[in-house]
Amino acid sequence: MTQDAFVDFQNVWLAYNDELLAQNHFAVEDINLQVKQGEFIAIVGPSGCGKSTFMKLTTGLKMPSKGRILVDGQPVTGPLKISGMAFQASSLLPWRTTLDNVLLPLEIVEPYRSNFKQKKAEYVERARKLLNTVGLAGYEDKFPWQLSGGMQQRASICRALIHEPKMLLLDEPFGALDAFTREELWCILRDLWTEQKFNVILVTHDLRESVFLADTVYVMSKSPGRFVVKREIDLPRPRDLEITYTPEFTNIVHELRGHIGAMRKTGATINQ
Amino acid sequence: MKQKTLERWSPWVLLVLSILIWEGLCRAFNVSEFVFPSPSRIAQQTIEFKEVIAGHAWRTFWVTMVGFGIAIVVGVLLGFVIGSSRLAYAAVYPLMTAFNALPKAAFVPILVVWFGIGIGPAILTAFLISFFPIMVNIATGLATLEPELEDVLRVLGAKRWDVLVKVGLPRSMPYFYGSLKVAITLAFVGTTVSEMTASNEGIGYLLISAGSAMQMGLAFSGLVVVGAMAMVMYELFSYIEKHTTGWAHRGSQGE
Repeated sequence: MTQDAFVDFQNVWLAYNDELLAQNHFAVEDINLQVKQGEFIAIVGPSGCGKSTFMKLTTGLKMPSKGRILVDGQPVTGPLKISGMAFQASSLLPWRTTLDNVLLPLEIVEPYRSNFKQKKAEYVERARKLLNTVGLAGYEDKFPWQLSGGMQQRASICRALIHEPKMLLLDEPFGALDAFTREELWCILRDLWTEQKFNVILVTHDLRESVFLADTVYVMSKSPGRFVVKREIDLPRPRDLEITYTPEFTNIVHELRGHIGAMRKTGATINQ
Repeated sequence: MKQKTLERWSPWVLLVLSILIWEGLCRAFNVSEFVFPSPSRIAQQTIEFKEVIAGHAWRTFWVTMVGFGIAIVVGVLLGFVIGSSRLAYAAVYPLMTAFNALPKAAFVPILVVWFGIGIGPAILTAFLISFFPIMVNIATGLATLEPELEDVLRVLGAKRWDVLVKVGLPRSMPYFYGSLKVAITLAFVGTTVSEMTASNEGIGYLLISAGSAMQMGLAFSGLVVVGAMAMVMYELFSYIEKHTTGWAHRGSQGE
């Protein structure tokens, strides 16, 4: 069954250094996870539960201490160029225009890198198109600091997608935005994903966000960082924002909230 | 609008005001020009000795610029090495700080032994005093990259070098220009101090010889000239900074 998994975690454990490993102190423990090609998964959990660590493992920025990670059938041995990342802070470069910021990955990743000069016009065209789909047409030559927070975040997602990655990793990308902008960006992400069907791993605190966007939501516990709940979201697609007001939707959110609440309680009693 | 014009002219107004008060006090209390010459006396002496002063000023200027040039090259290279490697940072930084704490004037006698009286000690003193801020600022700019951004690039297969060139260097440019403004004024200090004991030319030498001849007006015009040269260079770098790294100063431009 595992051969059709695009991302395949087999008993993955990670300790950040040898000392912690010797003390059996792991940031994430015993992760088993299979993500299908084109699946949108969301990971929710209390802060500090190792969600970001999970992202680093998936992209090959960190190697597991134990266990095996396969992506697209290949064992992960180093940084995975087929992935794009975006974070809560847009981290755009203030001395580059929005367009040049989006083009940055193409100046670095092969095969674009070697022919960047010759094919620049083509790439600029691609970047403009992408910016257009997220509603940033007309802002290409503005600098990031001239854009609003929501616009910066859209540009940041464009930067993550410009090299057409097979996997998009988002670490609380909408966490710093106001509620309306956030919902707007949910829809933009939904449309991009519907059109291109890349894999998405979305790390978030926002349960509504996870239920609205994802096919599968995983709940992580904190110390030890483990996946404790897997919840398939069987809401029909395409999903509209209206769906977030239906009882089915709220039931799922409640259910997930219950899992996290239970975890926080047990965590608290252990601390005492 | 009026507020802005006022702001622009305020340094000149203050300057003129200080000169007027200075002149007024000198006249009112009849201060001897051998103790504290009045601005008019300084101006008079400046004009009287303008060729001598110009000759010494030119010497001080180019010596300072050579020392400053070496400081830029060495400062940038060292800053680059320290800022791009944690090991180098840990190894070099404490030593550099200790070195920077030494008074640079104390090096002059040693430099005289090595290079003799003349441009050697002056250039090297200007260099020694001014490379430190450049190095520190480049290193800081490189060492304080956002870890998220580094992840974004590293996952694309970016090498350390790519990250440094695409992100680190442009990012440290505002720090670099900021440090140039500090460093150029320090370089003038270095040259002048060195010339005071180890040269037969330059403003520093002029200050000493005018002082020993009780030509206080001339000594003061020497000071004014060094100050003016440092000011002009400071403003030059300030201008370059604003026009190359405007993105770092957006707050002040009200956009």
